[in-house]
Amino acid sequence: MKPGNKAGLFEKDLSKTLLIKELLIKGLLNFFAVISISVTMGIVYILSVEAFLFFSSGEVSLWEFFSSTEWQPVINKFGILPLLNSTLMTSLIAMLVAGPLGIFAAIYLSEYASDNFKARVKPILEILAGIPTIVYGYFALTFITPFLKNIFGHEVVDVYNTAAAGIAMGILIFPMIASMSEDALSAVPSGLKQAAYGLGATKLEVSTGIVVPAAVSGIMAAFIVGLSRAVGETMIVALAAGAGSNFTFNPFRSAETMTGYIARISGGDIGYDTVDYNSIFAIGIFLFLITLVLNIISQKIIERYREIYD
Amino acid sequence: MENNNILNLKDLNVYYGAFRAVKDINLNIQKNKITAFIGPSGCGKSTVLRSINRMNDLVEGTKTVGEIIFQDRNIYNRNVDAVSLRKQIGMVFQKPNPFPKSISDNITWGAKINGYKGDMGQLVEESLKSAALWDEVKDKLDENALRLSGGQQQRLCIARTIAVKPEIILMDEPASALDPIATLKIEDLMKTLSKDFTIIIVTHNMQQASRISDYTAFLMTDENRSGHLVEYNRTSKIFINPKNKQTEDYISGRFG
Amino acid sequence: MDIIRQRKNFISKLVFQIATIAGIFALIILLFSIFNEAFGYVIFENEKSPAEIYDSGIGLENASKEDLVKILENNISKGLMRRFNFDQSFETRDRENVLELVIIEVVNPTIVKAWALSTSIFQKKMIIETLKNDYPEGNLEFRSWLSLDFLFSAQSSIPEKTGIITALTGSLMLLLIAIILAFPLGVGTALYLEEYARPNKLNKLIQLNIYNLAGIPSIIYGMLGLAVFVRFLEPITSGNLFNNAANSTANGRTILSAGLTLGLLILPIIIINAQEAIRAVPKSLKFSSYGLGATKWQTIWSHILPYSMDRILTGSILAVSRALGETAPLIVVGASTFVAQKPDSIFSKFTALPIQIYQWTARPQPEFRKVAAAAIIVLLILLLTLNAGAVMLRNHHKNKKKG
Repeated sequence: MKPGNKAGLFEKDLSKTLLIKELLIKGLLNFFAVISISVTMGIVYILSVEAFLFFSSGEVSLWEFFSSTEWQPVINKFGILPLLNSTLMTSLIAMLVAGPLGIFAAIYLSEYASDNFKARVKPILEILAGIPTIVYGYFALTFITPFLKNIFGHEVVDVYNTAAAGIAMGILIFPMIASMSEDALSAVPSGLKQAAYGLGATKLEVSTGIVVPAAVSGIMAAFIVGLSRAVGETMIVALAAGAGSNFTFNPFRSAETMTGYIARISGGDIGYDTVDYNSIFAIGIFLFLITLVLNIISQKIIERYREIYD
Repeated sequence: MENNNILNLKDLNVYYGAFRAVKDINLNIQKNKITAFIGPSGCGKSTVLRSINRMNDLVEGTKTVGEIIFQDRNIYNRNVDAVSLRKQIGMVFQKPNPFPKSISDNITWGAKINGYKGDMGQLVEESLKSAALWDEVKDKLDENALRLSGGQQQRLCIARTIAVKPEIILMDEPASALDPIATLKIEDLMKTLSKDFTIIIVTHNMQQASRISDYTAFLMTDENRSGHLVEYNRTSKIFINPKNKQTEDYISGRFG
Repeated sequence: MDIIRQRKNFISKLVFQIATIAGIFALIILLFSIFNEAFGYVIFENEKSPAEIYDSGIGLENASKEDLVKILENNISKGLMRRFNFDQSFETRDRENVLELVIIEVVNPTIVKAWALSTSIFQKKMIIETLKNDYPEGNLEFRSWLSLDFLFSAQSSIPEKTGIITALTGSLMLLLIAIILAFPLGVGTALYLEEYARPNKLNKLIQLNIYNLAGIPSIIYGMLGLAVFVRFLEPITSGNLFNNAANSTANGRTILSAGLTLGLLILPIIIINAQEAIRAVPKSLKFSSYGLGATKWQTIWSHILPYSMDRILTGSILAVSRALGETAPLIVVGASTFVAQKPDSIFSKFTALPIQIYQWTARPQPEFRKVAAAAIIVLLILLLTLNAGAVMLRNHHKNKKKG
């Protein structure tokens, strides 16, 4: 027995006992964590390979893909612009709805509303954000479109149109923008506000002149995340925006978006290694890159403003 | 100083990132005695304490340089296992932190993970008796430990540590969150425990240090905010006849 | 000057308030538009009127069992009669059962016109006019498209007879597979990142990657599932490898493939929620465990997991409710358009509740919109139940921590 050891209850030795169980568990958990990376790598790999097959098939050149305004797979016309255009249209309409509403609601919740009001309204906004997008698609098709038709005329508004899809998407995204913006507004130090009130400013002047500018990066991050969500949204446009590409700037016309095309084409029984099959991956990688870039930008912005206030 | 060392700190330095929190500590801890670390806040006394059972390993960015010799080995040696070390050098924390489990589970859990095969009921009773808590809780061993008062919780934490039968018990301001009566109970307990265990305590309370400890180490910060050892001696000598002017000023100031 | 400032202040407050209320308003309209479609008057026409097949004065509803069997014999083919007798002999069938057969097989009511709830309430006069003028043979009835029959019937191409039992079973199986994959993987990853990982480059990359995964559009996950689970792993996901292909036409477009896809989709959500839960475990609890000489895994298993489990579960429930409503990835992975039989294994073809809603909404017949509305109500009730469960867990957690 070593000096200083009690005749004891336990085996007492300072040496590292190789705890196989501990090592195994650590290894396993580490492996789990790496799987999450392999998901991303899998996405990137698969999208790239299939997209490469698409562009190397000889049916379409990269230049044609990005410049042609016609997407007609049946006659081998693969210009992404009409799909991209309607994606941007629905997203823009969504942002026009969700942006102002979101930021106004955020200002109201963070600067004006009583705690009681906040406690009641925030769960409602959470519910709104938690409703599946398929339900918004239904809403767009069965409520918003007839509503638009009644206002603008039955001939003016198509049964499927980007306006209805965009508005529904705006309602979907609005709670997220409101909640993220509110977080940014609440993070503004109260000393800043008190200083402004001390100078005799009204609540509006403090809100729009001091608080919003101080939180502008957080609000921008919220907008960008919202935009990324809108670009990737599928079910609303699949139901309400229409099938078949259409290069138009008229929000009341039917026009298929990138996600809508992917959903429609893959919904049928498509054969592997056909141009149709590969084309959805070519669109997919483009979609992936757009949303990735938007998400990274918003993360960078959030990181920066965290640093400022920490 | 008599030579019944159980622990030797040799040129101990602790860094948090680039900041040197503790500088060149040399100290020999005597077996079955109570040693108190005193000094102004931020002087690194808790840091030194936590480096003795390598709790500092759990704090991100901590680096320890120098040696702490325990059972003829440097505990920072590569082949020393921090987990095995902590079974022999236990710790009681500033705020009572029992597990959100029953009183008896609090005692038995440490024994269980250490492979204790004996009678758990007996272990619970013994440990609680040693911690002077048995009479107060013997009828409610299955109750959640969080229902106990602060002082009782802290004695439970001591009982929990005793149950693992360590050589040394580190106490980081164990009574600072307690009322005076509970504090007194803890102090009495420490006196009794020192027969079987070596105790090292960090305290900011001069009276406490002078009442209970056999040895006292006084630490101060230097101009770089690094903590260093100013004086280490028998408690009676430190409090009655300090050799160092800084020690004298600090102690007389605190006794004021 | 000051009055103008005050007025501006007041008006802007009003604008902000209206924007906030717009959210509530949108929710109300959305729910209204769904409930509005799910209930309302319908006109149905009978292939043969009850009076025509049973001319006694008491009405078909009160006919005796013997009379009803006779009506059946007179109006349907012998072969069909034999089949009914084979399924269950007419001697053991009760009167209600035979009456049902008569109504389905002989009277065969078909809905020819349906109205929304609001129209049914406010324009009843117009509805009665329509009945008189356009459908003199028709019968008017107030119908709830959401009914027990709807819940427990299999899919059918006739709107008033279709149901969601296949879709419900499909959704349930998908969620089970998704959670079996994602829960251990997600909690394990969270434990690794919070308790084991040193802040080196690889671990920072893993963390960044998880945040980005959470932002990838769900349809992209569908494409991953299509390429990996449906196509590449087809021998496994179709069950062929185990000689267990429930349906040889599924070609890997099975419940298993779709469930795994949904699992990957909710993985980042589970990880992020579990990380937050684990991070909320007090440091003192961990220290007291390590202070007793516990190893990392002993500390995790005995203290960290029990303390954080209800929050981890809350987050996982929210992730499941996300998976329940997901449609796009299922379409891409290849949900079947028509599944009349309940799926009997993980290698079956599948449909799911949101897929049904999608297909019914996309059909041109207006009656299917009403069926879709009824299915949406079921979906929303399920989601509400899940979320209520999560809230209850959260409150339970709060109370427990109070001691």
